[in-house]
Amino acid sequence: MSAAAASNKTGFDASAMVVAGLLGLGALWSLISAAAGADAAIRVHAWVIGAGFLAGLFMMARIYGDGGLDNDKTQYNENVIKAGVIASMFWGVAGLLVGVIIAFQLAFPALLSFDAFPQLNFGRLRPVHTSAVIFAFGGNVLIATSFYVVQRTCRTRIAGGIWPWFVFWGYQLFIVVAATGYLLGITQGKEYAEPEWYADLWLTLVWVAYLLVFLATLMRRKEPHLYVANWFYLAFIVTIAMLHVVNNLAMPASLFGARSYSAFAGVQDALTQWWYGHNAVGFFLTAGFLAIMYYFIPKRAERPVYSYRLSIIHFWALIFIYIWAGPHHLHYTALPEWAQTLGMTFSIMLWMPSWGGMINGLMTLSGAWDRLRTDPVIRMLVVSVAFYGMSTFEGPVMSVRAVNSLSHYTDWTIGHVHSGALGWVGFISFGAIYCLVPWLWKRAGMYSKALIEWHFWIATIGILLYITSMWVSGIMQGLMWRAYNSLGFLEYSFVQTVEAMHPYYIIRGLGGVLYLTGALLMVWNVYKTIKGDVREKDEAVKPQSAAIQQPAE
Amino acid sequence: MADEDKREVDAYSGVDTTGHEWDGIKELDNPLPRWWLWIFYASIAWAVVYMVFMPAVPAPPGFDGHTRGLRDHSERANVAQAMNDLQAQRGPLFDRLQQAADTGGIEAIENDPELLNFALAAGESAFGDNCSTCHGRGAQGAIGYPNLNDDVWLWGGSFEAIRQTLHVGIRWEDNPDTRFSQMPAYGRDGILSREEISAVADHVMALADMIEPTEAGNTTGREIFELQCSACHGVNGLGDQTQGAPNLTDRVWLYGSDEAQIENTIWRGPYGVMPAWEDRLGEETITALAAYVYLLGGGERSAFSEAALDGAHQASEAGR
Repeated sequence: MSAAAASNKTGFDASAMVVAGLLGLGALWSLISAAAGADAAIRVHAWVIGAGFLAGLFMMARIYGDGGLDNDKTQYNENVIKAGVIASMFWGVAGLLVGVIIAFQLAFPALLSFDAFPQLNFGRLRPVHTSAVIFAFGGNVLIATSFYVVQRTCRTRIAGGIWPWFVFWGYQLFIVVAATGYLLGITQGKEYAEPEWYADLWLTLVWVAYLLVFLATLMRRKEPHLYVANWFYLAFIVTIAMLHVVNNLAMPASLFGARSYSAFAGVQDALTQWWYGHNAVGFFLTAGFLAIMYYFIPKRAERPVYSYRLSIIHFWALIFIYIWAGPHHLHYTALPEWAQTLGMTFSIMLWMPSWGGMINGLMTLSGAWDRLRTDPVIRMLVVSVAFYGMSTFEGPVMSVRAVNSLSHYTDWTIGHVHSGALGWVGFISFGAIYCLVPWLWKRAGMYSKALIEWHFWIATIGILLYITSMWVSGIMQGLMWRAYNSLGFLEYSFVQTVEAMHPYYIIRGLGGVLYLTGALLMVWNVYKTIKGDVREKDEAVKPQSAAIQQPAE
Repeated sequence: MADEDKREVDAYSGVDTTGHEWDGIKELDNPLPRWWLWIFYASIAWAVVYMVFMPAVPAPPGFDGHTRGLRDHSERANVAQAMNDLQAQRGPLFDRLQQAADTGGIEAIENDPELLNFALAAGESAFGDNCSTCHGRGAQGAIGYPNLNDDVWLWGGSFEAIRQTLHVGIRWEDNPDTRFSQMPAYGRDGILSREEISAVADHVMALADMIEPTEAGNTTGREIFELQCSACHGVNGLGDQTQGAPNLTDRVWLYGSDEAQIENTIWRGPYGVMPAWEDRLGEETITALAAYVYLLGGGERSAFSEAALDGAHQASEAGR
């Protein structure tokens, strides 16, 4: 028996050696930077980074001292996915909490700005919030679900031995490095790409490993075709790699320092940045989460996907058109007008390709609409797709130059982003987690179905408060900015528009509190489920064995 | 593409599946929804039409950088045109305002209703964009930033004095003519001890009739005040606008009126700064701003001197 168990362990193989080497190099770099870094910030930051690398080496020593990782080819690797689910919830709550804090900092700036703690200023916390919810929460959900979906739909164990774990822990390290860097004031000043060069390099390594693990698993598949969810995951991984590398091209000021100089300047820099920024939305928050939708909705609803043809057409249309739409972030700027035309027209053409996903998601429910009443998880998934449809209609509308002249730089943009983020990305992720937890931990259902209902309703009200207050605030702000009196002078000064936004900022903060409350309910529910305190069997939860199914002959 | 031999008919919809199956998930072979397809085509057609009418194609030979489109649209030209139109509308009034201010002072502006209306509108707009950040929306001020509605002026409250202050700024070191004076940081620089500062504060507050004179204030406090403070603030604490030294008896306190705040002010020696606006705003905007601030309610007809104030003070003392 012990011989059989030993044969299912990897042992200290070549992959483990490479990973150990990477961690060792990282630890060495951290040591030099901590002792003799070029600036004060890196000398502090390197301690955090070095601790991460050392923790990694320590973990490896323990695992490989015990024979290495499990490698049972007859079983799916579910441990890395379990870790991803837990990490997702941790970062989700952290990111939402920081969001609530900065929302109230905007509502009550005099009360909630701390001169003695620059680390807690809005300017530093805001990227902590955006990175935590997009990359830490969203990223972990994407990595965990992609590892789950690719194994199940290819009917093979995930490839790469230690590499999936390297992707998981390496990604967590990137998040910690990025967030602590923001607090220390380390930033390259590119929205959603704030981490400095060394964090970017590390993420590049992790992401290439992610791509290779995913591709290797696809190549080992026991199914003749690739499932549509895998196309979307692959598009997401490949495009994010490209966006990340290009937008972060920079020359470090010192190999042991926290500063770098971008390869781009001026309007070229702005265009590169928004090519990146817009496609982070397109490929991270849209393509990636469409992959989640394509697996979890038909799986949970037990209905076939509505249209295979639509999935092909809208997939290719989406990825071809999305990549051109970035310039709509730069209307009425120094960006040449022809480029603005490009961004606007491609955004309009993007409307239907985006909606193709919505149609396929919603119509898959046909034949199972009654489940909306009985299964709050299905309801969450479906409402998520509804928010997806709404924000992918709102987006093209806002990209029209005439509309943009009113909406740009106002809270309308913030409302738009959050209807997508809270409604679409958040709800599809929560739905997927509610599906995954009983499947992975082999439970008959979630601890409490009632808590899922509460989560759904509290969070939905939170989203509505958030986006309606930002619509009103944003449109009011835009109208106040452009109001002139009869003599041609501005009707309102900027500070008057800020004063006018105050009540809406409070409503927005309350919406955030509700949304966070819902997430905390989920964390409690998941914790109790994992602990094993499941109250009753949920008919909607079909057990998913960890053993790899052999094809039915 | 479909696996023909594995196709089956979905019982609910009556539609064929494609014959694929992954982890229990099948696909229906539904066609593209017609409405979806037609809207997609329409959006593509619309995009093409838009590109024909608007600037769209970069760097074709024979064009100036990019195609202009049938509408020959240029946002840059539109903005220039809008600015010209605005200039044409407002220019004459700004010219008249400047001329009136230079020849007849504030009275000339006040006596011309159209000009007055224009100056107030221009001033309010410029104030909101440039001044309200520090002085507040209603010019009510805050700790460290003077209230501009009252009749207390550090550097003079006549129309001309306000204009000058706006031009050159206060302690704005880039401007050679800036209004400048500096109160020593008596505590921080070790000139006076805590006790001495407390005694001076007692004396100053007694001068303003805010507290009953104290023993320390009447002896140490008065002695230090006359030695250290009176050169700028005057023996009776009435201040001197030529040096920006505030009147200490008017109970208007820029840095707070309670004892701790007054002691802290003496301790650290405030160094309030206002930018020189002549680098950032046009002459005519500064004129409008000066008129607006002057007319907020506290403008002075002529510059006060300490002697005049002294006389007024003594007269009121005598009257008690």
